[in-house]
Amino acid sequence: MEANPAALPNPVAPRAGIRLPGVGVGLGRGYVVLYLSLMVLIPLAALVDESLSSGVGNFWDQVSSPQAVRSLELTLVASLIVVAINAVFGTIIAWLLVRDEFPGKAAVNAIIDLPFALPTIVASLTLLALYGNESPFGIDIAFTRTAVVVALLFVTLPFVVRAVQPLLIEMDREMEEAAASLGASGFTIFRRIIFPNLIPGLAAGVALAFARALGEFGSVLIFAGGLPDTQVSSVFIRSQVESGNETGAAAVSMVLLLASLLCLAAISLIQRWGSRHERSTGGGLVMPMAGEMPSETAKKEGDDELR
Amino acid sequence: MSSVSARSHVGSGVVSRWSLRILGLGFLALLLVAPLVIIFFETFKDGIQPPLDAITSPNGLHALKLSLLMVAIAVPLNTVFGVACALLLVRHKWKGNGLIDSVINLPFALSPVVIGLALYLLYSTNGGWFGPTLAEAGLEVLFSVPGMVLASIFVSLPFVVRETVPVLQEIGTEQEQAASTLGANAWQTFWRVTLPAIRWGVAYGVVLTTARVLGEFGAVTIVSGSISGKTETLPLFVSKEFERFSEPGAYGASLVLALLALMTLLAMNLLKRKEDA
Repeated sequence: MEANPAALPNPVAPRAGIRLPGVGVGLGRGYVVLYLSLMVLIPLAALVDESLSSGVGNFWDQVSSPQAVRSLELTLVASLIVVAINAVFGTIIAWLLVRDEFPGKAAVNAIIDLPFALPTIVASLTLLALYGNESPFGIDIAFTRTAVVVALLFVTLPFVVRAVQPLLIEMDREMEEAAASLGASGFTIFRRIIFPNLIPGLAAGVALAFARALGEFGSVLIFAGGLPDTQVSSVFIRSQVESGNETGAAAVSMVLLLASLLCLAAISLIQRWGSRHERSTGGGLVMPMAGEMPSETAKKEGDDELR
Repeated sequence: MSSVSARSHVGSGVVSRWSLRILGLGFLALLLVAPLVIIFFETFKDGIQPPLDAITSPNGLHALKLSLLMVAIAVPLNTVFGVACALLLVRHKWKGNGLIDSVINLPFALSPVVIGLALYLLYSTNGGWFGPTLAEAGLEVLFSVPGMVLASIFVSLPFVVRETVPVLQEIGTEQEQAASTLGANAWQTFWRVTLPAIRWGVAYGVVLTTARVLGEFGAVTIVSGSISGKTETLPLFVSKEFERFSEPGAYGASLVLALLALMTLLAMNLLKRKEDA
């Protein structure tokens, strides 16, 4: 019944909102552009400059040094494993939160965002206490590559859940009922009807989690350490800064920066592709946790007050 | 409602429902709940005194103060920027909007260490673009508070914008139009109509910004040099205490940060409910 508010034709031209005088808009734009340049763009430009300061040949030497390659490989492989696991468990958890009923569901829903709120260094410390040599479960994986994966699993857990959850809530159940009445099994219904509808959210969640995993630092630091075998790229970068090789650090940083840009481009493509579901996105990336922001209410409130 | 009957189709078998529950909730228990519980255990395993002493030591208190100072500076700056930027993106079409939108998303996707290094290179007194000039003017940015503030701003920049944009789109413009028809100027319309309508979205963004600033580690660790009692925030204090094998300090400060994280979750929940109400 309640169609997506964003899909409703807006009776008023969008420009008719707050009308800043022309000067005000200009000033506002100047402020926004200046702030972004000072805070984000100029520092990144300095990074690019430093990475190429001793020529492209040197840049390549730094990026292809055995240690750098090793750290980049570990980062890439661990991130891929992590997003694969999170895609499965994130979907299961989202499913439980939307379609299942169990005591404590509200608390479970709230704690999903814990990795967004808990400082990464604290996560690393507690993971070491849990799964280090004094593990109460008798599981000691500290300072191994498994530890890298577990730490990354922790920090990226909310992304898929929060991206899939709203799609499950919105999903029209009539198709499922129709399929069931035609004799489809539960698994067939999931595979043929539910899963295809979840793909846009799943893909966006996976891309965000992947970007986050590639750059993660704090949660890996204490738990997995900076051994040659467990050194992810961001830990490698820090060690290069500490040993005074700023150009090398900048070169590997460029690889991570490029990977981030690719992830963002992928997310933006996924959202354009998935926007037949037309959620109000502002044409940019929607944080999965923002996905929970009740979109219908704000609209309803506005309408009610108009009436 | 159709929901009841539909629920009986997928995941309906007792076996499949319970296996999904065990998998999903077990995963959460091992990965999220257990770490939270163990912080309490580890902190108080030798009583309440050692962690209390560590947190109230001069370095601990200084770290707490510095963390709060980061919040006090970075959060208001990013909030004002966030609301202004969201208004421009939603209400004023401009060919530069697409670019602004992309740049705002960057801090989400970028490694904090890369962010720290970028600031480090820019403000380094040894050949950075800005460093030498600022040093001559007597302003120390690197290994000092201003650099840490810049790092905090960078990492937490997107939240208010991202939370405000969808709310602005949803409230539409009818009420604002009505206000201006009745003779309100742009400023009055903003304070009396727009801001009240978007306040919970902005507040949600502020909560996320605060949590991010309080927890930031990677970027700040590079620009601050982590000097005890001088440029150490709480997360840096945790790391330093751990390196010194001072467990009460590391866990005590972690507990403080974990409690702040739980308050963040609580605030996020309350704000969601405010929107629902």
